[in-house]
Amino acid sequence: MSRTLTAMADSTPGGYGSEPGPRPAPGPYISAVTNRTTNLVIRGAMLFSVGVFLALVLNLLQVQRNVTLFPPDVISSIFSSAWWVPPCCGTASALIGLLYPCIDSRLGEPHRFKREWSSVMRCVAVFVGINHASAKVDFANNVQLSLTLAALSVGLWWSFDRSRSGFSLGVVIALLATLATQLLVYNGVFQYTSPDFLYIRSWLPCIFFAGVITMGNIGRQLALYEHKVALEKTHQD
Amino acid sequence: MTLRERLRQKISAAFYHHGLLCASYPVPIILFTSASILTCCYPLLRLPLPGTGPVEFTTAVRGYASPSHNPLGDPVERPDWYRGPPVAYIQQVLVKAAVSPWGSNLLPVDAFRPPLGQVFTLLEEIRNHVHSDSSGVQSLEHLCLQVTDLLPGLRRMQTVLPEHGCLLVSPGNYWQNQQELFDSDPDLLKTVQKHEPKGLHTSATLRDLLFGVPGKHTGVSHYSKKRVVTYTITIALSTYDAGFLGSLRARLKQLHPSANCSLGEEHMVHVHFKEEIGIAELIPLVTTYIILFAYIYFSTRKIDMVKSKWGLALAAVVTVLSSLLMSVGLCTLFGLTPTLNGGEIFPYLVVVIGLENVLVLTKSVVSTPVDLEVKLRIAQGLSNESWSIMKNMATELCIILIGYFTLVPAIQEFCLFAVVGLVSDFFLQMFFFTTVLSIDIRRMELADLNRRLPAEAGLPPPKPGPLRPREAPPPPRPSPHTITLQTPAFRNLRLPKRLRVVYFLARTRLAQRIIMVGTVIWIGILVYTDPAGLRTYLAAQPPHLGGMAPVFPGGDPAKALSVLPAREATPLPENQSQRHLAPGRVQEQPRGPPAATQVPWGAEDEEGWRRLSFRHWPSLFSYYNITLAKRYISILPVIPVTLHLGPQEAPETPRHPQDARLPPDPIPKFSSPDLQAADLTLYKVAALGLAAGVLLVLLLFCLYRVLCPRNYGQNGVSHGRRRRGDLPCDDYGYSPPVSEISPLLLRGHSMDIECLASDGMLLASCCLAGQIRVWDAQTGDCLTVIPNHNGCWEQRGASWDGAGGACDPESLGCEGRDPCVGGDSASEDEGGGFPFRRHAPPLRPPLFTDQPDLTPLIDTNFDSRLPPSSVHAAPPRGAAFDYGGLVERAYTEHEPPSPAAYPSPSYSSSPPTAGFANCRRSPVEAPDRGFACGPPPAAEWEGSVWAMELRGNLIAAGRSSGKLQLWDAVEGSLRCSNEEGASGITALAFLNNRIVAARLDGSLDFFTVELNKPPGLLQYRGAPGRGSMPPSPCYSSDDLISCQLTRSVLCAHQKPITVLRAAAGRVVTGSQDHTVRVYRLDDSCCLFTLQGHSGAITAIYIDETMVLASGGQDGAICLWDVLTGSRVSHVYGHRGDVTSLVCTNTCVISSGLDDLICIWDRSTGIKLYSIQQEVGCGDSLGVISDSLLVTGGQGCVSFWDLNFGDLLQTVYLGQTSDGQGVRQLLVLDNAAIVCDFGSELSLVYVPSVLEKLD
Repeated sequence: MSRTLTAMADSTPGGYGSEPGPRPAPGPYISAVTNRTTNLVIRGAMLFSVGVFLALVLNLLQVQRNVTLFPPDVISSIFSSAWWVPPCCGTASALIGLLYPCIDSRLGEPHRFKREWSSVMRCVAVFVGINHASAKVDFANNVQLSLTLAALSVGLWWSFDRSRSGFSLGVVIALLATLATQLLVYNGVFQYTSPDFLYIRSWLPCIFFAGVITMGNIGRQLALYEHKVALEKTHQD
Repeated sequence: MTLRERLRQKISAAFYHHGLLCASYPVPIILFTSASILTCCYPLLRLPLPGTGPVEFTTAVRGYASPSHNPLGDPVERPDWYRGPPVAYIQQVLVKAAVSPWGSNLLPVDAFRPPLGQVFTLLEEIRNHVHSDSSGVQSLEHLCLQVTDLLPGLRRMQTVLPEHGCLLVSPGNYWQNQQELFDSDPDLLKTVQKHEPKGLHTSATLRDLLFGVPGKHTGVSHYSKKRVVTYTITIALSTYDAGFLGSLRARLKQLHPSANCSLGEEHMVHVHFKEEIGIAELIPLVTTYIILFAYIYFSTRKIDMVKSKWGLALAAVVTVLSSLLMSVGLCTLFGLTPTLNGGEIFPYLVVVIGLENVLVLTKSVVSTPVDLEVKLRIAQGLSNESWSIMKNMATELCIILIGYFTLVPAIQEFCLFAVVGLVSDFFLQMFFFTTVLSIDIRRMELADLNRRLPAEAGLPPPKPGPLRPREAPPPPRPSPHTITLQTPAFRNLRLPKRLRVVYFLARTRLAQRIIMVGTVIWIGILVYTDPAGLRTYLAAQPPHLGGMAPVFPGGDPAKALSVLPAREATPLPENQSQRHLAPGRVQEQPRGPPAATQVPWGAEDEEGWRRLSFRHWPSLFSYYNITLAKRYISILPVIPVTLHLGPQEAPETPRHPQDARLPPDPIPKFSSPDLQAADLTLYKVAALGLAAGVLLVLLLFCLYRVLCPRNYGQNGVSHGRRRRGDLPCDDYGYSPPVSEISPLLLRGHSMDIECLASDGMLLASCCLAGQIRVWDAQTGDCLTVIPNHNGCWEQRGASWDGAGGACDPESLGCEGRDPCVGGDSASEDEGGGFPFRRHAPPLRPPLFTDQPDLTPLIDTNFDSRLPPSSVHAAPPRGAAFDYGGLVERAYTEHEPPSPAAYPSPSYSSSPPTAGFANCRRSPVEAPDRGFACGPPPAAEWEGSVWAMELRGNLIAAGRSSGKLQLWDAVEGSLRCSNEEGASGITALAFLNNRIVAARLDGSLDFFTVELNKPPGLLQYRGAPGRGSMPPSPCYSSDDLISCQLTRSVLCAHQKPITVLRAAAGRVVTGSQDHTVRVYRLDDSCCLFTLQGHSGAITAIYIDETMVLASGGQDGAICLWDVLTGSRVSHVYGHRGDVTSLVCTNTCVISSGLDDLICIWDRSTGIKLYSIQQEVGCGDSLGVISDSLLVTGGQGCVSFWDLNFGDLLQTVYLGQTSDGQGVRQLLVLDNAAIVCDFGSELSLVYVPSVLEKLD
């Protein structure tokens, strides 16, 4: 997280683009960022790390509540799920985060709604909050849980995205991911602690959808910054 | 739609009024808001502090039954955790044992060894107690809580804590519950102490666990004054059997009756423990907080254009936080107890409430016009954003209401908090934040008023003089130049971020304060949590205060009596003084109760476990891996047991042989030895804490000194505050006085100023009328006036034209000067070339023909006379418009430069001057005034001054007639003249002893000024009052000066030379033929012809560092290497001519006809930035230091920060804004600038730069 934060902090140096001032000569960082491939790689790496981190933390949220005073192996419980889950989440988030700006540019409608880091952080916080609620709040039944989560996810989209492409992409990816998870569960690759079919079905798509929206938000913000740098560079030239 | 519009208008109007209100009464509103925040937060005092503090619930013992898991409509209010059986029932047997009466043969060890020894019999009794009733036989083994292994990490406790059996702890555990081990223990205290952890401990220690009472109250100590030993036997029961417990209680009471014990037995207390926060919970929590802080960081970073970013960010955060507190407080007030974990939902609440509105408000207010009043700005900003704020708030409320109808209790509670938080946040935004914002904006405006370039710090005290009227600075006007939008954000850019952080820390002494506060808190915690410290003391206080129970105060007579004999008996040599007192005391003894000491039972014993650490029970159970988190235990009323051991019994308890060797009473002091012993720890801790604090403060002070060598706070509070954003000179320790720069106006010229020259100390100016004035550049005093003789003499008569000549001793002699000397010498040197060519164009002939004869008055005395133009101030101005025809003629006659060559205003005045110069041919006949002037000078006309240079004492004036004249600047006398050229001198350069003159026909003349000192006058005679002379050669008035043409380059350029600059031994000329030529000054040899421009050269800059820059009509700027003649860079910067060029060490500054000032990087030729000026602004530029640029504008000069392109200040030269543009601008060595302002000169001091130059 700290890495991400510093990256974010680095990513908007000064922030006074319009202000006339002696602009330093483009350093190696800028030129690296403006290089298209490196740019992609950096973005992908950042998104990947964010995804892995969120996967770990959110997995921990789902861990059983009855932690004793002297939990025997706290640290190992972080990695209690299969080792391949965080990398998968990271890869998926990197893909999604790169896909969103790409689709935006393909559709020719750049996303303009609340393009600020503070908004992105708010979005991430709400996403974690949705996970938190799903993990800790005791719901009367699964229908209530799924309805609440669905409402929250749609609310997340409405608050931070509001683009049709984002919504449709989120729905599609969420459905695909749920399908994949179900296939995995059926094939016995892994098992949830409470193998309630309905539980899993209601719980997963909403979380997936919210996650897709969040990652898309981050990815767009990163892409926006790099776009800005590129613009500046062309101005300089 | 109309409804919507109406609503919108109404909201907007309401916000507007509200903004006015807030900005008008900031202090009352802030007070009111703070009061309401405090009021709303008041209910929070009733809430338990967030943390893991246990919660209690008391029920009656009688009729107790373990609560069921599903409580059915219970009439009694019971907490929701009170369900199901508890983890354990805790039965404590509180033993108080005393040896009484105290025998004189007893050792201090006897105070606790026998009582402790009794624990084993008691344990035996308890273990073997059997209760049999109808339901069967119950023994402790059946009822008690069976524990298994200790946790693996607690091996060292294995010997003292029970395993695989009943959880029954007592002090006997120290000796494995075996009497033999106890008896053979040589040092009981050491055994007890052995298991104590080292260092600070806040949670329960083993001693507390086993004794069941706080260590201080056990009385197991050599110095215990009470000699009452208190300990408990703690039994954890898994099931509650009223019969068994009742019989046990009865049995123990029967065995060991407690006479004065009145402890209640009616209530049992259920203690519920909150969950412990483990690392697993901590990680998500920390994550959410990190996200929260990132959110706050990214949000508050957007606050901009305000005086104090930090202040506003703090206000924003305070707004959100206190709205949350208010929401919790209000909810509590109306009976909703928060059940959610506050720490967990807090970040989400903040995120939901958000900082957006605050930022929107700030942005909106900041973007209102700057020149409005603060009130209006706030009001406008508020009303602009009112609609969106209301819309957002309605949306959020709707979303939250939807959340409320999910009917999930947790979410409902969250939503409730969020709704109340949103509303209170809105309230706070409207009242608190808006007011803070208005204060901030007002501060910023004040700062803007104060933030001026420091003026007149280096100015001498003003001398009253008729020639130096000082103009009061005009009030700032809302013209683009007065925009002093120096936002802190922009200003902050000047310093690197790292430095800013350091400065911030240094300025606010933040680290120091935080560490000091931390130290204080740390000491407080130390004092509070120390076992011997404040907390236990406080915990023991309530009974004292209540006075309910017979507690032992310090000086209990009975106790003192029981103690005294023993003390008397102690055979200590130090106790001499004690012996004197002892008899009196002993006599009192019979009056006291002779019976055994009453073992005191007080109310504090009833629930003695309260005095233990709240982590006592969780830690006891945690040793067996039983968590109490979110569970509860039931604590049964204690069973009091009193043991009275007679003095004869006590020795029966086998003493260990080593006991006798123990120090009997190491504290010989008579006064309350035990108090001292107890307080000693406290004192130690306090002293240590204090020492540590002092050390920390000292360390911090040293750090502060090291980090911040400059004394920032020295200049007072106001300066300290302004430190960060201020002018660069502030970093040099200079604190600018709060005042404006007021330009010094030098008046005297009657017409617009044509030429300006300065050598740093003196300032020479020449106006269109041909009058040359010399000023002191320091004080602005007019030193010399050199009138345009041509005009005068032309008035005297055209008949002089033909006359030849000699000096006119009478007319000039009356001046008290001796120009004839110069004249004679000149005539000697030049062979007939006479310096005084007084046949310049008649500037005023048409005017003066009908004037009364004032010339005698004028001409008789140069010293006292006013310039003729000032006598006839009005007519020349009026007449100035009549010259159109003359100008025309001049153009036709004189092959005028093409108009394109002089496109800029600064050149525009030259052709008319030339026109005037040629007026001598106009058929103006001035009547002979009958002056006995002698023969008039040479037949040539003199012409007006087109170019002027000042070096040392000499003014070199190039005239339109082609004459070069040298004047003495101080005395105003003509030193020599050279008239070898016929074409008008368009530019002059005066370097060392050489003068280079560029002529209209494109030729270039090199003159040498030679100094011939007359014999006998070798000593230097400087001008009085001027200590330091400029380094250029000085020409004393006694010297004979000759000016010889050394070389004339006839065809230097194909077309007229437009620019001539000389520096570093080079002369550079620019011409209309698109070329720049570089000559060596010494031998006037042409080194290079630089080609590269595609238009006439209009500006050239060269300085001592051999930087050569040229600008042309094509808008191009070329940088050249003077040594090789190669072009370094070539940039196009302007649409239209480049009118002016200046270089600094790092950049090139150019101004063009397009009113643009461009700043280029000198080495790379990259344009750094450009400043768009007003249309019609002057093109004059000057660089005061590497970072201060000054430009002339319409009646004003502007100072710019070169590093960032910020307008620092605009100084208005006159009262009227429609004034003439500043065409010429000279930067003097003493960091003053001189510019022409119509017919006046303006001297502006920039003393801050003086500091920098030093």
